[in-house]
Amino acid sequence: MVEKTTFTVDTKCYHCGDDLPAKPYNADDKAFCCLGCKGVYQILTKHHLSNYYAYNDVPGQTQKKTPQHFDYLEDEGIAAGLIDYKDEKVTVITLFIPAIHCSSCIWLLEHLHKINPAIFQSRIDFLKKQVAVTFKNQEISLREVVELLEAIGYEPLISLQDVVKKQQSDHSERHLMTKIAVAGFCFGNVMLLSFPDYFGLTSFEQNFKYFFGYINLAFSIPVLLYSARDYFISAWTNAKRGILNLDFPLALGIAVMFIRSAAEIITNTGAGFVDTLCSLVFFLLIGRWMQQRTYHYLSFERDYRSYFPVAVTLIKNGAEQPLPLNELQTGDRILIRSNEIIPADAILLKGEAKIDFSFVTGESLPVEKVLGEVVYAGGRQLTGAIELEVIKPVSQSYLTQLWNNEAFSGKRDTIKTFSDTASKYFSIVLLGVAFCAGFYWIGSDINKAVASFTAVLIIACPCALALSSPFTLAAVLSIFDKNKFYLKNTAVIEELARIDTIVFDKTGTITNPEAEAYELRGDLTAAEKQMVSDLARNSGHPLSRELVKALNIPPIYPVDHYMEKVGRGISGWVNGQEIKMGSAAFLGLDLSERGSVVHLVICDRYAGYFLSKQDWRPGFKQLALKLAKTKDLHLLSGDHDHDKQLLTPFFPRAQQLHFRQSPQDKLDYITALQSAGSKVMMFGDGLNDAGALRKSDLGIAVTDNINNFSPGCDAILDGAAFQKIPQFLKQAKDAVRVIHMSFVISVLYNVVGLFFAVQGLLSPLMAAILMPMSTVTIILFTSLTARYYAHKNKLL
Amino acid sequence: MNMIYLLIGFSILLALIFLIAFFWASRSGQHDDLYTPAVRMLFDDELTPEQEEKSDEDHA
Repeated sequence: MVEKTTFTVDTKCYHCGDDLPAKPYNADDKAFCCLGCKGVYQILTKHHLSNYYAYNDVPGQTQKKTPQHFDYLEDEGIAAGLIDYKDEKVTVITLFIPAIHCSSCIWLLEHLHKINPAIFQSRIDFLKKQVAVTFKNQEISLREVVELLEAIGYEPLISLQDVVKKQQSDHSERHLMTKIAVAGFCFGNVMLLSFPDYFGLTSFEQNFKYFFGYINLAFSIPVLLYSARDYFISAWTNAKRGILNLDFPLALGIAVMFIRSAAEIITNTGAGFVDTLCSLVFFLLIGRWMQQRTYHYLSFERDYRSYFPVAVTLIKNGAEQPLPLNELQTGDRILIRSNEIIPADAILLKGEAKIDFSFVTGESLPVEKVLGEVVYAGGRQLTGAIELEVIKPVSQSYLTQLWNNEAFSGKRDTIKTFSDTASKYFSIVLLGVAFCAGFYWIGSDINKAVASFTAVLIIACPCALALSSPFTLAAVLSIFDKNKFYLKNTAVIEELARIDTIVFDKTGTITNPEAEAYELRGDLTAAEKQMVSDLARNSGHPLSRELVKALNIPPIYPVDHYMEKVGRGISGWVNGQEIKMGSAAFLGLDLSERGSVVHLVICDRYAGYFLSKQDWRPGFKQLALKLAKTKDLHLLSGDHDHDKQLLTPFFPRAQQLHFRQSPQDKLDYITALQSAGSKVMMFGDGLNDAGALRKSDLGIAVTDNINNFSPGCDAILDGAAFQKIPQFLKQAKDAVRVIHMSFVISVLYNVVGLFFAVQGLLSPLMAAILMPMSTVTIILFTSLTARYYAHKNKLL
Repeated sequence: MNMIYLLIGFSILLALIFLIAFFWASRSGQHDDLYTPAVRMLFDDELTPEQEEKSDEDHA
């Protein structure tokens, strides 16, 4: 028997799973792609936390990144804005950590006390990606806690918005749950106590009838006063403004039901409708809960503040000190390090500025600025540190003043829903029928007149109608959620069905930020390509990483004398040859070339360059052609028009392609479309689209990582689901159709009930059967048909 | 049959206790995060270094 020895060589980093460089970093027989990953591994093993690697393969995230500065957390004022609670001994802080993604993360972050015993407790909320840390503030400072998290690869994201909104956590969902619990509790008990009467009591049991009646009445009081309170408030406030919304007939029905029940029970003339009342409120509240149950762990209300840092480094009398961003004033001199964001419009005083404005203006190429030039806020500095003098306060910058536009002040018009429209007519017809029935009987039999009048209001109480929208829309919402399309609330679906015009942003929205295509201009042998790939593997710079991905060659050679000038270029000796790659200035070449270009020099010979070209999102072409059949397509780009030729075939009308649009231009363009009567849906991704997203009837932020920053919007679409847009539109239309159908069903039930009610023949038992039956029918019908359409649209 | 009054009284009282227990749970935030606890309970209690050595000896 021949024993076969399989010899496996790790090609992936033990910590993060990235490809290993030719000369990996080793520790305990394990290979790592970079010093950062190795460092995290060493910290964890030292504190007996290597279980971290047991729960999941490669649980870590790559540590190839520029270190952050957290010195501003030493500042009492800044820290006070961030922490939840503090006394002499302990401090509690809740931090948002985007890197949380698996069970290993939960395990590790809840064992922080093993690394530093001064941390009492750390609790994770996985879906919100938050960790609440409780620590002894005498033994460890906030800055040290944050730096500890950074050291193990979980750096928190601390933004200006954290300070501004600080824990205005809303407990409305909790209140609603309590209301449902009360209504459900009363409903169950009342049901139990109503059954004896429905089944008939013998004469000697009549005493129980009074007893049960009074208990039932007692149970209905908390339902009426507490659980159903919102319906009365809403109906009253709307009625005062002359609007009859759906809550009006509901509140009226509930009130009439209670009064008639109380009268019947007290005068001992009947059992009343207490069980119908309780079940109605219970089901209505469940419908409301379904409607509110959105994906609250995503934020749809972000503005520039959640993109900007909390503090900035101020240079005063030659010394550096952290300053809260809100205290930044005109004339201050600030220091911006590599990879930091420029928080206010400023003049460049010192250093080499190469700034990435892609997020702010849509401009895809980094911009170089010379001394004395104005640098607009929101750009990210790519090369070394620079010094600037602030010329405008944060809120008045070129970018941030967009938020002073009237589109952002006050509430946006609430989306008009079908049930709003239907309820207006419904209420009028209902009151009409009730009065007619009352007047018809009033001449002959006053008791019958009152009975029929109240019975109409009770039986026509639009419970099923009120539930058809929430259940249909909630079902669609969860279907969309499974397809990575996250809506702010259910009303967005109805708006989606009305859209006739679609506006796209270019950079980051229809271009794919991940997969940039690299084109090599110049001849390289296979061996040379190998060496270039091996060299680029050592760099954490996005361009190098993209290049390695594009070349797609496994590593062979180690690199000696490796050098990297951040944001400018890299050099090193590979296989006995010196290779340099980077910008023309870095290589001392006198070349000018537009676009993101990586020049290449092998042994002092210019070997050519790599040109990065933006790629469209997969399937964009088919998507555009499909959408163009039914919708009007527009493009608004902040970028130069060098892609115009490429885009023209996708857009039927060339004059609807607009380039070099400022954020304000985009907003104005949407306004113009709307005043021409269009229902506009806007797709955007950056801060420059924020105004347009807000102004449009439906703003959708496109992102490749839903935890990254996305501007305020109505919905967030994961880039992976980009091709499904036509299906989403179709599903939204179908959802509205389902609502219409269930409306018809609920009206049919009402007609049957009304037939008995107008004759004054409605018995409590009949109401108790009819009402829950219509409710259950609607819940089943809407959920099932919504799923049926989702199958048809290939969304399930 | 008068026993029924008492029994109903008790049953409602019992139900009320459960309702109050639910309020308490809701208010103390037990329903706020429904995902993490489900993962947390699956983690093993880890061994301290001494225990680890012991268990190695057992195997040997």
